[in-house]
Amino acid sequence: MALLDVQNLSVSFKTNDGVVNAVNDVSFAMDAGQTLAIVGESGSGKSQTAFAILGLLAQNGIASGSVKFQGNEILNAPLSTLNKIRAADIAMVFQDPMTSLNPYMRVSDQMVEVLIHHKGMSKTEAIAESVKMLDAVKIPDAAARVRLYPHEFSGGMRQRVMIAMSLLCKPKLLIADEPTTALDVTVQAQTMTLFSEIQSEFGMGVILITHDLGVVAGFCEEVMVLYGGRVMEQGPTDPIFATPSHPYTRGLLRAIPRVDQLNAELDTIPGSPPNMLQAPKGCPFEPRCQYAQEDCVQSLRPLTEFATGRKRACNRELEELI
Amino acid sequence: MLIEQDKMENLADAMVAAEVKGRSPWVDARKRFFNNKAAVAGLIVLICVGLFAFLGGYFAKFSNDEIDFMVIGQVAQLGGPSISSGHYFGTDDLGRDMFARVVQGTQISLMVGVVGAAIAVIAGTLYGATAGYVGGRIDNIMMRIVDILMAIPYMFVLILLLVIFGRSISMLFIGIGLLSWLEMSRIVRGQTLTLKNKEFIEAAQATGVSSFKIITRHIVPNLLGVVAVYATLLVPLMILTESFISFLGLGVQEPLTSWGALISEGAGTMQYGTLWQLVFPLFFFVITLFGFYFVGDGLRDALDPKDR
Amino acid sequence: MLNYIIKRLAIAVPTILVLIVFSFLLMHAAPGGPFTAERAVPPEILANLEAKYGLDQPLYMQIWTYIKNVVFHFDFGPSFTYKDRTVNEIIAQGFPITLTYGSVAFVFAVIVGVSLGVTAAIFHNSWLDYLAVGISIGAQVLPNFVMAPILVLIFTLWLGWLPGGGWENGEVKFLIMPVIALSTSFMASIARIMRSSMLEVMNANHIRTARAKGLPTRQIIFRHALKPAMLPVVSYLGPAFVSMITGSVVIDMFFSTGGIGLFFVNAALNRDYSVMMGITILIGVLTILFNLVVDIIYAWIDPKIRY
Repeated sequence: MALLDVQNLSVSFKTNDGVVNAVNDVSFAMDAGQTLAIVGESGSGKSQTAFAILGLLAQNGIASGSVKFQGNEILNAPLSTLNKIRAADIAMVFQDPMTSLNPYMRVSDQMVEVLIHHKGMSKTEAIAESVKMLDAVKIPDAAARVRLYPHEFSGGMRQRVMIAMSLLCKPKLLIADEPTTALDVTVQAQTMTLFSEIQSEFGMGVILITHDLGVVAGFCEEVMVLYGGRVMEQGPTDPIFATPSHPYTRGLLRAIPRVDQLNAELDTIPGSPPNMLQAPKGCPFEPRCQYAQEDCVQSLRPLTEFATGRKRACNRELEELI
Repeated sequence: MLIEQDKMENLADAMVAAEVKGRSPWVDARKRFFNNKAAVAGLIVLICVGLFAFLGGYFAKFSNDEIDFMVIGQVAQLGGPSISSGHYFGTDDLGRDMFARVVQGTQISLMVGVVGAAIAVIAGTLYGATAGYVGGRIDNIMMRIVDILMAIPYMFVLILLLVIFGRSISMLFIGIGLLSWLEMSRIVRGQTLTLKNKEFIEAAQATGVSSFKIITRHIVPNLLGVVAVYATLLVPLMILTESFISFLGLGVQEPLTSWGALISEGAGTMQYGTLWQLVFPLFFFVITLFGFYFVGDGLRDALDPKDR
Repeated sequence: MLNYIIKRLAIAVPTILVLIVFSFLLMHAAPGGPFTAERAVPPEILANLEAKYGLDQPLYMQIWTYIKNVVFHFDFGPSFTYKDRTVNEIIAQGFPITLTYGSVAFVFAVIVGVSLGVTAAIFHNSWLDYLAVGISIGAQVLPNFVMAPILVLIFTLWLGWLPGGGWENGEVKFLIMPVIALSTSFMASIARIMRSSMLEVMNANHIRTARAKGLPTRQIIFRHALKPAMLPVVSYLGPAFVSMITGSVVIDMFFSTGGIGLFFVNAALNRDYSVMMGITILIGVLTILFNLVVDIIYAWIDPKIRY
């Protein structure tokens, strides 16, 4: 049985200007200990996919489809059910730790409440456990720092606190939503190293949400590329990096700076992500795609398997993309 | 508190940002304003109250200080509102026509409100724009003065002023107006700091335009939206202040009157069964405050560019 | 934290001095005051004033004497109208009364306003929300001098439940109407501020984190959302305090509660400058001290302020 099985997940928001379809028909499954990357530009629906899994959508959000965690349906489950799973079984690391940690509470209080609520620990036990976890994410002098407020930490340290907080109950699945976006480049690398160490230590499944394909390589086994709320390409990491099958994935890969090609100019994908209020009928990437043809405006082929474990959604045949 | 400072500051930020980008917030503000039912209702109420204040005098059968000796001594029995006696709103305790007095009270209260708000807005805008434009140490001193003045219990000082310099209407205007310019000056200063470094101001400086001209010609017009909203919301505040002082008997003096004075008189005599003396001024007072409140709120929403 | 308090005090002290000097100069400039010859002041009062201020001294010496008396002896001098009473005696008589119903009204406004605002925000867009918004918009145009007669009309004249005025050492039935009349419009403002700030905080990132922790909704609201949502209310408490003290003048006039406000209005009508000044300065000092308390509460809630 898969740890997490997501089938045909769609998310839409009712706004004053109409319905916004943020996520369309996303499916994936992952086993315990596996790592999956969800990649896409901002507005591609990757964060909303994660929020929908844990029932954290904004009030005007509606999710449909199916999310099974260890075989049990959790999509749109009652709050009492979700609250037992949140943090205990599925934990989340948010982007921008400055605003995602409560700026008005000491770190100790924010960590302790998780353990008291889910594990029924006493406050002293919980503080000891929290310090241990801060040690595990390599925060120096954790016993003293646990009493500080979030704004007294540096950006990288704050994200470590966030990670430590999510690990408190030893969850089976960790969803990390752009954990490195708000950080300096050097700190980004440290944080990713920390992630892979933690993953091998705790052995949980990880969903890494990022807009940066460079982060994915060497960390994730599976990749799912989202654009305009739709899956463009999905499959194991190495083949995707070697032979990307979708024009959008190619664009993303070319936009990664490489150390081994000194003079190579960085390619950027022209244009900007689609306005989700006027969702396109056909392929959402069509306006920015160099291979686009007439039929791309009208419709998009469904996601289909073209090699073992690899799926793509594109009207052009593989051979047409040179 | 009719004016929420946070919201005013947000509006100011958003509007100045939009102006700087070259997108005027006024473009479809009018349409948005007229789509807001509460704001339109408020505007209609205000127009009616305004017409009442200016034209009501022509319909009055009595002047505001003429005593009707027919009803005096039996006000509770004979002085009630009636069309036939010509006292549409009844008479007051001295037998004076309430209709004429409410018309006059409305005139004075509206005038104090509008003039007071105008004084506050002009003083606050010029002070804030100067502080923000000049900057540096002078700005620091000017804003520290505002800090100190804000901690002074104004109503008491205003009453002190009224007692010392005599209770004249002009003193009331100035006193009330000078009560409320402090917040305005803070908001304007903040926006001026933002505007100051924009190209068009630098261009004006480079061509040798004087500081005063830059402030009045370039900076103040860009703050117009904020000023308009602030002024609309200040008027009811001024009316409240004036009514408060007049309620205490320290405001406008007989034979002149205002809503506060009328409410005070009506409240003082209500146990004799002459409720109309309280109800009519109170009614105009309440609907006018509502009117200004909804118009100001609607104006703020209409001008706020971030909602689009 | 201590540094922060000292910094605040450093602004408070000059403000108080400015207020004292300003009031004294105003009094000095006043036509018909004891400092001008045009008014015949009874000889006993003149003797009192002479002894207190040294009227033959130059102006700056007089100011200095006044400041010395006020600051070091907390002595506001003799009354101009009552030959046998000092300003201190008048304040001692009226101030405890004002303080009693004023603080009850203040606490009442904060508790009811905050509860109303939080309820409206939690049940956003439900009938409870609309009811709370309706009440708070309506109550905004009901300042104390409008509320007072309406309350008396209903509860005294029509229903006969409550006495129309008096104090009787603060018995509850004498307290009810002054408190409601004084607090209604502030309660409404607090409810409005609380509602919009609570709605904003509930959408904040750190609340989503709290939800992701699987905490029960009650805990999220009371432990995580309430404190930051209170910040705008806390900053409003300063101005609210000033307005409520101002409003107490109307309460004292209308309900004959015998508080300090009545003395102030009488002093204003009789040109009793020393009483007016004494009360103005007292209230100014209270305002400044209260703002200091508000600043400290603010810093206590928001750890980023304490530096």
